[in-house]
Amino acid sequence: MSPEPRAYTRRVFLQRGATLASTAATIPWFVQNAAAGVTPTTSMVSSVPGIPDDRVMVIIQLGGGNDGLNTVVPYYADEYARLRPRIGFGGPGSNRPAGAALELDEATGLGLHPRLTGFKSLFDDGKLEIVQGVGYPNPNRSHFASMDIWHTGRSDGQGTGWLGRYFDNTCNGSPIPEAAISIGRRAPLALMGDVQKPVSFEDARLFRWKGEDLHDAMKAPYEKVVRAGALDGIDPDSQAAYLMRTSLDAQISSDRIRAAVRRSANAGYPRGPLADQLRLIAAMIRDGMPTRVYYATLGGFDTHGSQSGSHANLMGQLGDSVKAFQADLDAQGAADQVLTMVFSEFGRRVAENGSGGTDHGTAAPVFLIGDQVRPGVIGNHPSLTDLDGGDLRFGIDFRSVYAGLLTDWFKVDSASVLGTDHPPAHLLRS
Amino acid sequence: MAANPLARLPDRDFDYWSAAHLLRRAGFGGTPEVIQTLLASGLDDAVDRLVEFTPTVDDGDRFDRDIMRPRSTEENRILAEARTRGDEATVERYRRARQQRQKRDRAQLRKIRRWWLERMIKTTEPLEEKMTLFWHGHFATGYRTVEDSWHLMIQNRLFRTHAVDDFATLTRSIIRDPAMLQYLDGDQNRKGRPNENLARELMELFVLGEGNGYTEADIREGARALTGFTYVDDDFTFRKDRHDAGQKLILGRRGSFDGDGFVNVLLAQPETSRFLCEKLYRFFVDDGPKSPDAEGRQVVEGMAKTLRRSKYRLGPVLGQLFRSRHFYAPERRASIVKSPIQLVVQSIRELGTPIRDENVLLEATDLMGQNLLQPPSVKGWDGGRSWINTATLFVRQNTLVYQLTGRLPGLDAAQKGAAAEPFASERLVDHLVTNGPPDPDLVVDYLLRFTLGTTPHPDRRETVRAFLRDVGDRIDRDRITAMLALITAMPEYQLA
Repeated sequence: MSPEPRAYTRRVFLQRGATLASTAATIPWFVQNAAAGVTPTTSMVSSVPGIPDDRVMVIIQLGGGNDGLNTVVPYYADEYARLRPRIGFGGPGSNRPAGAALELDEATGLGLHPRLTGFKSLFDDGKLEIVQGVGYPNPNRSHFASMDIWHTGRSDGQGTGWLGRYFDNTCNGSPIPEAAISIGRRAPLALMGDVQKPVSFEDARLFRWKGEDLHDAMKAPYEKVVRAGALDGIDPDSQAAYLMRTSLDAQISSDRIRAAVRRSANAGYPRGPLADQLRLIAAMIRDGMPTRVYYATLGGFDTHGSQSGSHANLMGQLGDSVKAFQADLDAQGAADQVLTMVFSEFGRRVAENGSGGTDHGTAAPVFLIGDQVRPGVIGNHPSLTDLDGGDLRFGIDFRSVYAGLLTDWFKVDSASVLGTDHPPAHLLRS
Repeated sequence: MAANPLARLPDRDFDYWSAAHLLRRAGFGGTPEVIQTLLASGLDDAVDRLVEFTPTVDDGDRFDRDIMRPRSTEENRILAEARTRGDEATVERYRRARQQRQKRDRAQLRKIRRWWLERMIKTTEPLEEKMTLFWHGHFATGYRTVEDSWHLMIQNRLFRTHAVDDFATLTRSIIRDPAMLQYLDGDQNRKGRPNENLARELMELFVLGEGNGYTEADIREGARALTGFTYVDDDFTFRKDRHDAGQKLILGRRGSFDGDGFVNVLLAQPETSRFLCEKLYRFFVDDGPKSPDAEGRQVVEGMAKTLRRSKYRLGPVLGQLFRSRHFYAPERRASIVKSPIQLVVQSIRELGTPIRDENVLLEATDLMGQNLLQPPSVKGWDGGRSWINTATLFVRQNTLVYQLTGRLPGLDAAQKGAAAEPFASERLVDHLVTNGPPDPDLVVDYLLRFTLGTTPHPDRRETVRAFLRDVGDRIDRDRITAMLALITAMPEYQLA
């Protein structure tokens, strides 16, 4: 944890809520609720000794279906070379047309995409964990349907998000506006609970009212209108009062988020959308936001044709951005409280197609990054000979990955969140 | 509490603001002129005008019904042979052709969304569209599972045809609807291996309501009754060979029920009318967490009685509701949270803003949590407070800024060269102009009350009045638009 006192750790925040409870009409809804019902064991504050209050999970979604076989490369396998004559990488020192993979482990014959130098150095530092062959039964090859399955953790892809349910289960019935923040236009289903809804914004500068751009004189009356809270004479149980309280919450969230990102670091990050998102997230973590889950996305992985160039760019962006993010966290002393997970809705078919690309497939690796991961490669690489209609068979159900993270990172009962009995995978140190 | 909350509102109480309230709830609101017209016809005619509407022309045939047509027997044969031969090229060609069609179909889905939004914005029969939206949320069916935009078009047509018609016919139609059969696996429900999905939701969400006295055994028996209900291409088919014609025991009734028989058993339950009327009540009257309150329960009971007496026809129920004292009581005015669609459509119809770009508006409603033809689950949209959170509030406010000014909520706000279509906001206060410039006090009062749908809090009035003074105390287009931007940013603007 960061040595310097944080302005807004969750606990301080709740204590402030308690002392403000007498001015009920003007304090935000969520503070009011928290102050009313909170003891440390029922709040979101972890009461487990030795677990930091501010454990954060960062999710990076690779949209479009990342080609897992060209991300973690089984260069040892003849089948890989045979089925991917044009786009497949060779082992270290090879002169395959696509180039040579970065060696991870001589013994297993696994490598990383040549542009994943960022991941390679995290791997060498013991901060990268590769979970191989993650998927689920009866894989769905529709982007939307498979993404919904990953987000909900349910085979039918219906209902609330898995992290939304985590918040619903732990936040005592009152929504916490900034518990989950997603960078992007649309809030991901994964963060949607029945009660808990994420904050999402594409650019923090836009997380505000645009009407004030119309005329200077509009800002002051706007502030007055949206920050008044529940006005006197309004029935506190009415929809109107609820809206007035939420409006005040929204302003406070906006202020806090925009203040945090104004101080974001510039140094060390590469260019590109993922780096921009991670930089914002690092800034919010530094500012001690009460946020437990941040969500970032990188799209463009639907590489049906001529994938070599585009996939290489994406790999470079992914590795370099995550490495810079991890270095930023290290510099601010927050590396031990942040865990990053990288996933995609599916991998791609084993054989390359006739256009130098790959079509929708099934199982693929999931990456975990942080000081507390079990570094190295977990699980076996899916067989390249025992295929299911040209697709890899999964080795670990993604819900076991979720269960492991819920159990060992957030210290909650995973079955009650996921609603399934997938055994938690052992993913973290200790 | 009134002796009978469903008693008719006295004529003298049906004033301009009541007519505006009726138009918002039974439809999507209207401009001052439209409200005046409705008012002039008196309560009974106004309600009849809304409820006993003439069905509008269905121009849905413009869409391509064949994009996702199933493969022909001949095509299936070729594909099967290619698979046996290991002819990867042919298999691949079929795979690609299907991907192409899926892409075209998603494009058509977006067109259908725009078409429906435009209908809601322009319709002369607002209750027809409003009830179509209600049924879409009730018999919720989503594109991602159906993957056939024309099937959703057929379903939308079904909802419109039966908008205020009878629920019994609608329910018997929905168990034959291709989109629904696909969405809830009805097409996989066969004798000997029943799929319970549709039977369960008919009981839990569509007809009877959760907790209303059915058991898992009833669901299993209902699923048996529905076996063989499937579709071929765009049409319902009853596959006798897949149907389980044996005896079933459903909710204590014994018979060799088929799908209709099962639905009839559900419709015969007294809970059914109450369940549907409570849902209508939440949609039209009170969507609060404690709805219905004591008087509301009385109203729901009265509605359910009317529904049973009318043999499940909705017209009489809604007519009675829209005439009742309860519906017009001050505490029911501006008290339910606008759905994202309601917010967008109402602001155009009521304030008279230009329509702007429909793709932007649909994207905005999606960001607010309502993506037409893609409800989050078979439960539809929860509505009420669930629409509102810290993120959606900004989207709602900024969407209104966009509608009022044409400014997109992006950083490049002054974008794209082309000037946005101007919004003639001064028309809203035309009727306040007599001779000489309109009185700023009158204009502020009227704009607030008209836009918020209720008497504003004195603090709000003071804020807007002070702003107008601050910017020169003149009444012109820019100042009216600026005041509307402020008023639509008020939390209570989210209420209808």
